Amino acid sequence: MSRTDIRITGFGGQGVVLSGYIIGRACAINASQHATMIQSFGPEARGSACSATLAISDSEVLYPYISRPDVFVVMSTEGYDKYRDELKDDGILVYEQNLVHPTLKEGQPSFGVPSTRIAESLGRTIVQNIVMLGFFAASAQIVSREDMRDAVKSSVPPGTEELNLKAFDAGCAHFDETYGEKKEEVGAAAANQG
Amino acid sequence: MKADPAGVLTGAHYLDGDFACGEGAMAAGCRFTAGYPITPSTEVVERISRRFPMMGGTFIQMEDELASMAAVVGASWTGTKCLTVTSGPGFSLMMENIGLGAMMETPLVVVNVQRGGPSTGLPTMTGQADMMQARWGSHGDYRLIALSPQSPQESFDLMIDAFNLSEEYRVPVLFMMDECVGHMTEKVVIPPADEIEIVPRKLTDKPPGEFLPYKANGNGVPEFARAGDGYRFHTTGLTHDERGYPVMSAECQEELIPRLINKITDNVDKISRFDEENTDGADVVLVTYGITARVARMGIDMARKKGVKVGVIRLIVVWPFPEQHIRDLASKIKAFVVPEINLGQMVLEVERCAGGKAETILVPHAGGGVHNPQDICDAILRAAK
Repeated sequence: MSRTDIRITGFGGQGVVLSGYIIGRACAINASQHATMIQSFGPEARGSACSATLAISDSEVLYPYISRPDVFVVMSTEGYDKYRDELKDDGILVYEQNLVHPTLKEGQPSFGVPSTRIAESLGRTIVQNIVMLGFFAASAQIVSREDMRDAVKSSVPPGTEELNLKAFDAGCAHFDETYGEKKEEVGAAAANQG
Repeated sequence: MKADPAGVLTGAHYLDGDFACGEGAMAAGCRFTAGYPITPSTEVVERISRRFPMMGGTFIQMEDELASMAAVVGASWTGTKCLTVTSGPGFSLMMENIGLGAMMETPLVVVNVQRGGPSTGLPTMTGQADMMQARWGSHGDYRLIALSPQSPQESFDLMIDAFNLSEEYRVPVLFMMDECVGHMTEKVVIPPADEIEIVPRKLTDKPPGEFLPYKANGNGVPEFARAGDGYRFHTTGLTHDERGYPVMSAECQEELIPRLINKITDNVDKISRFDEENTDGADVVLVTYGITARVARMGIDMARKKGVKVGVIRLIVVWPFPEQHIRDLASKIKAFVVPEINLGQMVLEVERCAGGKAETILVPHAGGGVHNPQDICDAILRAAK
């Protein structure tokens, strides 16, 4: 059994839960894996550090919660402070580089993206999380870009598909431009998460 | 009878257990829901209230759970399939009218997405501590049916069974989910409508002059006449005769109450459902249900690696309890292990049926989370000694 655990965090309103939903959908519906998503409930879902977790596996997920994620996607400082210690020492950190200033552990694969600025340049800050998802798909390589892109398309409100896909592609493109040459190494890091 | 396609969202979806439960209800033909939304069950009625207008269903947000339950009991008498949805505190408030539903032999389904209790407890966190309330919560002698899903997929699948059982036996059916299953999102495949078998309301074909609303058929279950169909009848929570009129006597009570119980207990073999795995030759057998059944499988795998012969019975229909099966197993094994997210409920039933022939070991959890699989493994190792 190979299982990859992911935590996504940000502040309520950033689309943390939708991001988790889209990753899960990409894995469970498009990529025929097992993906169990749990979202945070309560006041934190509407302002402070909000979080969603995913357990992705090639067999049924028996234990739905996660303790030491293999991938940590961070979109706010508060979320980073709350969950930073959980990440596995060799786990992948994916972060919003203008909102989060992480203290990196030695040997830890980490990838920053100015997803809010990129979303602003597309005309709508609200798609920041989708930019992040594109960047996540390209960097963590847990599920193919095509499967993720398709999950974005089928998960966003009707009429907003074009903008959201543009945001997704911009996130992927930023990874290729910034980290493109390190792709091999990154792929190996992701493959080791099993 | 096949499901009405209007209520069936055929396809592969990524849904949480609550949404899947709502979809199951609509696929089963539910077209009336009354409820007082409460965490962690709110998403069930959120889903239903959003989708009902597309299939001619009616959702009413009631003033509280007493009224919700009363509305559902009443609405079912129009022949409509009815649902209410709640969690711990609301389940307590529904108890009196659940008893009314049992006494009036009213088909309906009650969903309880269990959270930590007692009282308001842990609204957003999981529990399985209402299992005995599902059995004994209303006053008087009665028997109901209760199911417990272990995944969003089962929340869909078993809702259809829940509605079908409520029609077959004319009883309230309790759908005992837990917050963990309700709030976890997984793949849910909804089949085409023509692959979903539905039990319709069993309407009488007798003419109004000959129809007796509480005269049982061979199965112990009376035929149904809808309010407004021209049949003169009376229904009440008081002890009643075959005409449905109150009769205050020990004789009438002796006629009615054993029948209400026997229509379930005499059909246990037909109603009962459980998954059974590796119990032949096992030293230890786990009895599990709901989310705990999934987590327990990790503990079982750990114990098997240490050489213990472990079997498992996963209850799908929790009530009526498969008494005879547990009795039969008890004389062949060393011990039962029962992990549950409470401090000892279904374990009492296992222990009673084991009758001292096999040891019964509880693996308790007070609620707010699921078991550590290691704790379940440790209990299995203790039981095997």
